[in-house]
Amino acid sequence: MSVDRTTGTAARVVAATGERLRRRPAWLAALYVGNARAVIGRGFRVIRNANWGIIATGFFEPVFYLLAMGVGMGGLVGVVPGPDGRPISYAMYLAPALLATSAMNGAIYDSVHNVFFKLRFGKLYEAMLATSLGPMDVALGEIFMALFRGFLYGIGFLGVLAGMGLVTSWWALAMLPVALLIALGFASLGMAVTSFMKGFQQLDLVPLALLPMFLFSATLYPITVYPGWIQAVIMALPLWHGVELMRQLSVGFFTPLTLVHIGYFVAMSAVGIVVVTLRLRALFLR
Amino acid sequence: MPVIRAADLVKTYGDFDAVAGIAFEVEPGESFGLLGPNGAGKSTTMRMIGGTLLRTAGVLEVLGLDPETHGPEVRASLGVVPQQDNLDEELRARDNLIVYGRYFGLPLSYLKPKADELLEFAQLTEKANAKVSALSGGMKRRLTIARGLVNEPRVLLLDEPTTGLDPQARHILWDRLFRLKEQGVTLVVTTHFMDEAEQLCDRLIVMDHGAIVAEGSPQDLIRRYSSREVVELRFGSDRNAAVAGELRALVDRSEVLPDRVLLYADDGEALLETINRRGLNPLTSLVRRSSLEDVFLRLTGRSLVD
Ligand SMILES: Nc1ncnc2c1ncn2[C@@H]1O[C@H](COP(=O)(O)OP(=O)(O)OP(=O)(O)O)[C@@H](O)[C@H]1O
Ligand SMILES: [Mg+2]
Repeated sequence: MSVDRTTGTAARVVAATGERLRRRPAWLAALYVGNARAVIGRGFRVIRNANWGIIATGFFEPVFYLLAMGVGMGGLVGVVPGPDGRPISYAMYLAPALLATSAMNGAIYDSVHNVFFKLRFGKLYEAMLATSLGPMDVALGEIFMALFRGFLYGIGFLGVLAGMGLVTSWWALAMLPVALLIALGFASLGMAVTSFMKGFQQLDLVPLALLPMFLFSATLYPITVYPGWIQAVIMALPLWHGVELMRQLSVGFFTPLTLVHIGYFVAMSAVGIVVVTLRLRALFLR
Repeated sequence: MPVIRAADLVKTYGDFDAVAGIAFEVEPGESFGLLGPNGAGKSTTMRMIGGTLLRTAGVLEVLGLDPETHGPEVRASLGVVPQQDNLDEELRARDNLIVYGRYFGLPLSYLKPKADELLEFAQLTEKANAKVSALSGGMKRRLTIARGLVNEPRVLLLDEPTTGLDPQARHILWDRLFRLKEQGVTLVVTTHFMDEAEQLCDRLIVMDHGAIVAEGSPQDLIRRYSSREVVELRFGSDRNAAVAGELRALVDRSEVLPDRVLLYADDGEALLETINRRGLNPLTSLVRRSSLEDVFLRLTGRSLVD
């Protein structure tokens, strides 16, 4: 191997990396090099070889709900008042909520289950952090991969809705970026929570927490049926904000609360990213 | 300016000192060794140099920077071969090299030919598309070493690089490392193999219980801590101890190991003749030159044979 170690490509990249880092505040330079795309590239390379059947598990759950509840129950319920007060079919009421759930499921699957195994059994993050990647590059890259899965689920579900004639407005297109935002929120929070998990018992708690959140978050019927304090609890949880946001979007009707819903997910993502970054540092650079 | 400078370097776990205040410097282009028995603190030291383990106290500079506060920048110039392979099990062999290179921000146009070159280096060209789990232990080791070279590091940290390699692969690796050294790469190597240390290291430190017990070039250390030659005698496991007393009187220094007795002398043949004349009749005898093995035994009281 004859390489010129002072002028070769590698030397140039290393020098450029150093220069870029020196322009940053020191605390940031130790956390972030701006190379999350390398982690994302790795994720896509793995997906490429992976079994797409496995990737799609979890996608079908909301689809089953849509068929069982939307079509089945919908026949009994008939029409319900929509977000703007005008009546809509029950299936139309249900669909945006299930879309939000779909984005959540995809993001959670990757950021909880997959990340758990990588943290506990693989040495992937250890290897990554022995390179010039910072913990925040790894955090952003891995969260992106989880978000990608959530987004895929969202697109898939929207396709199912369109196929069933439940997409009636151009606002449906705006549901995609919102699905992305919801997925980002859950991916960040999911990975943050997972980074504290020690064993399988804790992993098993995740579906136990998600199922009631799904059932109660105004997905199947409005939360006004509950007493005030239960409503308050539900409104503190993320899925309700996702469901409401999607539902407003489905008919193109917005209120000041719309911004609160968006803000909730932005904040959730930001907190998640920070926590994951610090946890990766605590676990692998200690 | 030294490439690595450590002073009063300490790592404590609870109230246990894994590294108990060591100081050393590594010059550019030098090949520097860390020698010591299990648990001496070699890997701990290596990981602190790479900035993936925080030190408890002391000063550490790598390429003029503190690896703790400038981790990514320092690691951009480092090649790290950890004691335990941590290959990406979800990727194929060649992809392991390419993806790892991407972590350094290297472009694919550089990485594709580089990966092929490194596979050749690791003699894994046929295994380019094999899954990591389908590689043998030694092949994984070679791939890990190759991976550490993907960013053409200025400093290469090798934690027991040849563990698990067959003799041929070891010799090939030594040769490659020697060539890297010729290109100006600084090597930091830990090893349990004394022949490896003698082959590879310009200078080394011997560590025990987290402290440095000796420092110098291999020849230096041998001269300082051992005699020119060693006579190895085997009397059978029950007789070794019995004859030890008589043998000890013949030399300045001796070591009685469970399976053999080592006698240190400047003229081994002469000593052996004396022993035979006295009718001690060892089952086997061997006169050899002193090695780092003997230095190690002297300094730590432990044999290093794996
Ligand atoms: N995470 C940890 N917690 C507590 N003690 C630790 C930890 N890591 C290492 N040690 C202790 O620190 C000491 C030094 O370990 P280290 O891995 O540096 O040894 P080494 O010289 O590399 O040994 P070997 O030749 O077996 O690789 C050992 O006694 C080990 O038990
Ligand atoms: Mg070790």
